[in-house]
Amino acid sequence: MATTAAAGPQTATGTSVMTNVEAVRSTLHAALVRDDRVLILGEDVGARGNVFLITKGFLDEFGPQRIVDTPLAEASIVGVAIGMAMEGLRPIAEIQFADFIYPAFNQIVGEAAKTRYRSNGDYTCPLVIRTPYGGGVRGALSHSVSIEALFYHVPGLTILAPSTPADVKGLLNAAIESPDPVLFLEHKKTYRSVKGEVPSGYYTIPIGKADVKKAGTDVSVVSYGYNLHQALDAANRLEGEGVSVEVIDLRSIRPMDKTTILESVRKTRKLLIIHEDNKFGGIGAEISAMVAEEALFDLDAPIRRLCGPDVPAMGYALSLEDEFMTSTDDMVEAMRELAKF
Amino acid sequence: MAKTTTARERQLERGDLTDDQLVAMLRNMLLQRQLDNRGFQLNRQGKIPFALGSEGHEGVQAGAAMAFVRGKDVLVPYYRDLGLALGVGMSPFEILSSLFARVTDRSGGRQFPNHYTNHDKGVLSISSIIAGHCTHAVGVAAAFKYRGEAGRAVLCTTGEGATSQGEWHESVNFAAVQNLPIVFLVENNGWAISTPQNMQMRIANVADKAAGYGIPGAICDGFEPIATYHTMREALDRARSGGGPSIVEAKCYRFLSHSTDDDDRTYRSREQIEEQRKLDPVPRFEQILIEAGVIDADRAKALRQDVLRETNDATDAAEAQAYPTPESLYDNVVAGDYRPWQEFS
Repeated sequence: MATTAAAGPQTATGTSVMTNVEAVRSTLHAALVRDDRVLILGEDVGARGNVFLITKGFLDEFGPQRIVDTPLAEASIVGVAIGMAMEGLRPIAEIQFADFIYPAFNQIVGEAAKTRYRSNGDYTCPLVIRTPYGGGVRGALSHSVSIEALFYHVPGLTILAPSTPADVKGLLNAAIESPDPVLFLEHKKTYRSVKGEVPSGYYTIPIGKADVKKAGTDVSVVSYGYNLHQALDAANRLEGEGVSVEVIDLRSIRPMDKTTILESVRKTRKLLIIHEDNKFGGIGAEISAMVAEEALFDLDAPIRRLCGPDVPAMGYALSLEDEFMTSTDDMVEAMRELAKF
Repeated sequence: MAKTTTARERQLERGDLTDDQLVAMLRNMLLQRQLDNRGFQLNRQGKIPFALGSEGHEGVQAGAAMAFVRGKDVLVPYYRDLGLALGVGMSPFEILSSLFARVTDRSGGRQFPNHYTNHDKGVLSISSIIAGHCTHAVGVAAAFKYRGEAGRAVLCTTGEGATSQGEWHESVNFAAVQNLPIVFLVENNGWAISTPQNMQMRIANVADKAAGYGIPGAICDGFEPIATYHTMREALDRARSGGGPSIVEAKCYRFLSHSTDDDDRTYRSREQIEEQRKLDPVPRFEQILIEAGVIDADRAKALRQDVLRETNDATDAAEAQAYPTPESLYDNVVAGDYRPWQEFS
């Protein structure tokens, strides 16, 4: 079966317009075509084509040796992929929902992240673990969580969370090229709601580099995932009030980009961190600590964080989900208050 | 029920094993015993913080190692596989470097003793997390199959306690579904630290679990290297020729405490150990080879002296090495110079 992975019209400037989910799909497709060491394994990635149809048609095109429907067991999805990686392949393991990654925690933290270290480089683990995360899609307690804070404590792991199709492509390519294990997080709510231009041809984006998605002078906002798009909306709304907000897309959670954050904070002297994951012990805590260590006296206001509340997860009921998710209005308000401080 | 082959049926059935191979197996067992003793001695002398013994596993490991094809097969061992490590080509100096945690250790002095890595010899790096490595073994076997590398197999070992782990089950099941070239060797010594087999499972034979995965299971006397060799050879040959995975259970015994930090007097009787010691595979195999005329008593004595000298030389050579530098703590977190906070100019 012929598969045309890249969707959307080709523009004159050598870019295509596509959604995030199309960017994942087309990038995976190109990797399979480009490199026969690449294979995909996970639950329902074959005939079903993944629950979000990301790998639809791949089984027919690449065969069951490269598109492996695994038994329903997350620890071994990651563990088998680790063995493949140690043996020289470039496996891409899929955890169907980030919420299901806990059975594989040992394999990611105890094994993949330590393979190079414990063997002092005798073995490496060039593995990509892709997983959809995040809420706002009525996913209830076990199809909506954010997992990045559980893993960002772990040296040896790279954690990426791109938010736009162009970044998805560049960072997924970088993840596949990486000689070390990468946890690649895809926010479900951005899969089809976020569209953007994606350059044609192969390219990578450097791991660990944030991106200023909107320049501004009054407040710095650091975010990623679905929140990033809300933050951009909020910042654009405030333009009319004469409030200039700079929005930084973190993109890479481990390692993180100190330079871009500090340059921005030293310019605006105000910092707002927004993420969907719980506030307590979240990514924002590390960013806050870094800014406090490096730039406390450059700040004109206390650092603010807008994050998920300290509850186990968001509920199924719309009222509970809405209460959990930070609204764009709340972001506007926080930015406005910080600008006035 | 899994197929059972008794020691008596097989101990003199050398099959395709040459005299040289039989002697190599005995030498492996003698060396293993000597290095095991050395680890415990060095610990009691206060020279090393920790050692793990494989005493009682010499027969399993000498037999299994003889069925391993160097340069083709991959060994994914657990932490009680000294004889397998030696048998697939690792040196006593490497073992002693690991015990002394010196810079010449392949892990750079990071890993606990008995947690080997040797990519060149096909020994996969493992952690201490029981059965986690079985999934990696399956991944290596999957890579062999994916690349169409016929004639290669993975030897994945555990104790019987590991078969209680979910990841052991997941590994065997995955390998069975995908018909992968791998043998799961269970070195059943009856004890997981202090927990006896009947507290791990309700069945007498681990190999019976194979039926639940639709793959063959075989049992051999792990005190008998020849019996183990034949059983492992059959299983590995099956795997190498596309016949898929299997489980081999080698019944043996752990003569020593779990480690130098354990005291087995708290959970098992001296009488039980003495009963098993009567079956000690090392002197018994030596006697079998003498009785069969493969070696004479003088040759046996020379072999024992030889492995003692080799162990002494390796001990001295490893002890003379430096510790890894403190700065090496920061090496090999990831490729290149790693910082959790990236700075760009």
